[in-house]
Amino acid sequence: MDFSLTLEQRQFDDSLRGFLKDRLPLDRLRLLAETAQGFDEDLWQGAVELGLPSLLVPERFGGAGLGVLDAAVAAEALGFSAAPIPFAATMAMAPLAFALCATAGQQDEYLPQIAAGEVRIAVAFAGLAGQTGAAKVTMDSTLHGRIDGVMDAAGATHFLVFGSDGAAALVGADDPGVAKTLRRSIDRTRPLIDVTFDNVAAERLDAANDPLTAARTVLDAGRVILAADSVGAAQTMLDRAVAFAKERVQFGRVIGSFQGVKYPLADCVTALEPCRGMVWYAAYAQDALPDEARLTACHAKAHVSDVARDVARMTTEAHGGMGFTDLLGLHYWFKRIGFNRQILGNPERCREEAARLQGWLPA
Amino acid sequence: MDLTLSEPYQALQAEIRAFVAKYGHLSPKVGGGRKRPDQKTLDWQKRLLEHGYVGRTIPTEYGGAGKPPDIMEASVIASEFARANIYAGLTNQGISMLVPTLLEVGTDEQKRDYVGPTIRGDLIWCQGYSEPGNGSDLANAQTKAELKDGFWIVNGQKIWTSSAHYADMMFLLCRTEPQASKHEGLSYLLLSMKSEGLDARPLKTMTGRSEFNEVFFTDVKVPETQIVLGRGKGWYVANVTLKHERLMIGDAGKMTARLEQLITLLHTQEVDGVKLIHMPEYRDRLLRLQGEVMAWKAHNLRLLTEAANGQESGVKRMIVKYGGTMLGFRLSSLAVDALGSAGLPYESLGEDAEDDDATTWNIDYMYDVGLMIGGGSNNIQKNIIGERGLDLPREPKFVAGMR
Repeated sequence: MDFSLTLEQRQFDDSLRGFLKDRLPLDRLRLLAETAQGFDEDLWQGAVELGLPSLLVPERFGGAGLGVLDAAVAAEALGFSAAPIPFAATMAMAPLAFALCATAGQQDEYLPQIAAGEVRIAVAFAGLAGQTGAAKVTMDSTLHGRIDGVMDAAGATHFLVFGSDGAAALVGADDPGVAKTLRRSIDRTRPLIDVTFDNVAAERLDAANDPLTAARTVLDAGRVILAADSVGAAQTMLDRAVAFAKERVQFGRVIGSFQGVKYPLADCVTALEPCRGMVWYAAYAQDALPDEARLTACHAKAHVSDVARDVARMTTEAHGGMGFTDLLGLHYWFKRIGFNRQILGNPERCREEAARLQGWLPA
Repeated sequence: MDLTLSEPYQALQAEIRAFVAKYGHLSPKVGGGRKRPDQKTLDWQKRLLEHGYVGRTIPTEYGGAGKPPDIMEASVIASEFARANIYAGLTNQGISMLVPTLLEVGTDEQKRDYVGPTIRGDLIWCQGYSEPGNGSDLANAQTKAELKDGFWIVNGQKIWTSSAHYADMMFLLCRTEPQASKHEGLSYLLLSMKSEGLDARPLKTMTGRSEFNEVFFTDVKVPETQIVLGRGKGWYVANVTLKHERLMIGDAGKMTARLEQLITLLHTQEVDGVKLIHMPEYRDRLLRLQGEVMAWKAHNLRLLTEAANGQESGVKRMIVKYGGTMLGFRLSSLAVDALGSAGLPYESLGEDAEDDDATTWNIDYMYDVGLMIGGGSNNIQKNIIGERGLDLPREPKFVAGMR
């Protein structure tokens, strides 16, 4: 029994964090947020060079053939730097969806392109993920309907759409009949796309024996990835609050020596550290413990979102008035945590699913 | 990451399952505690010792199984007994604190005299650490012992001494070198609870029971040789005890067991004919706790792996007591709320008989508050987490006016 990351996983984590530290200093993040269309070619190329899009693509299609746990490690690093790289959908859910739902021919065609970063596939759920807002499609040989608030879609070349019954279809992002509206979100580094499909010719991914289960497997992986991202984002906020509390002087003392500041930070680490293990476990369950996969994904998304919100609030408070300003940029992580919380089903929705899974809802 | 057990541990697991199948019916009821072990429990303890499921790493000459320390083995044993709901052996301060301390720093004679009888459950110990004026500031202990004619003469008072009313012996932290500094003036003595001049008085707590005692010392005579390691070494010995503090393997198991009990409770308890599990407010609280327990179990796996690899866990370890006791209280709180007004009748039968379910939950609910305070209060834990874990500065020290 070994509940730890391997040397390879830690080395990959180090190189990814090094890349992000180097390429995404705060002024760069600020620039991306202010000008952003939600996609940055430079960061994307870096991610491709590091092999991020190939992580979950099987080796025979030119990928690294790794698992959700490896993706979760990467997601924590991305959250730590608030990196606007379309990871959860494009690099985690999309390759999984192709592995589970696509025919051999479709896999041969798309998986190598996903691994090489030649296509960027946004994943949109109509009615499964528990998102509020418009989310309804009809699907046969064409796709018709509307889905609001699609993540990781600003630079997408394709949309992979899951219907509420788990049926899946792929359309080109610039195909005739696809209309996209960019919506700046609370997280300025990550806009959302409202997309309508007007009888668009669609390529169905219908090789899964049980489409609904396959769709939920994809969704659960996305939830675990977002939870991992929030752990990373909350860790940044905690690290920065601790550093600030060691420097800032009031009443002739550094404020970190006051129990009024020290105790909330102790509360943060007490709640946050177990979240890291929780995410690892949930990610490992997606890879290796099918009986626990659904429940751990729902709970990880819900619990980590709640803890991260508390950490975001307490660490902002620890910075005093400066924490509330735009100057420190702390708010990028605050908002990232808020974004991750709501997308693909918020804690309330995820716990409702956890209850249903266990038969705890009235008949 | 690989959560499957490797071959030798699978073999141990199979061995324990066979043991449980063969002897499980002889096990005393899980839980209980806080009273002197009865004959059934002593017999069971003997059987566990023979199989090496307790005292596993204690040398054979002192009554153990003499195996090398292996945290994974300990974890497999703990989880198999928990899974089977079988009594996993005595846990008391003599076994978990004094025995490892003596094995490390005791004399051969002390080991021979005390280790075997203690792990068999024949010799019960209590811990003489806290004093009315020195709780969190343990090193400031003022109970004094003076050497006269080959005896230590002990005077002073200890408090929060659990099991003192039935213990045979006490390990005592006391001041023997009044002119030395705070930490260097302490010694660690072993003494009989039947000593003349020693008076243990039960201390009634908010549960209505007497889980603790106050112990008064008036010219209590202790033979000079009953010192561990030597004069002025008491603080060092007390810290050896802490170093041996068991990895809290049991805790995630205890939380899981409580959560399971809660799930059952919410499925059986009703208000106006509606099961609580079908009431969104109750269900949501249960779901939140289920998520928290899940996080805590994963955290325990992480600590277990690090311990097995000989790594220091740092802040990850420091949060365990604070986080764990708070979660424990939230679990027992939901149980008390699920019982509602029907859970208010409260009759604790003490050590004479088993309490009813409602009383048991209410005792746990109150005792959990005690756990937040005992063993290094949670407010002290937050200082430790902040200062040692996050490297935040200490409170400025004020010049002490007295000592």
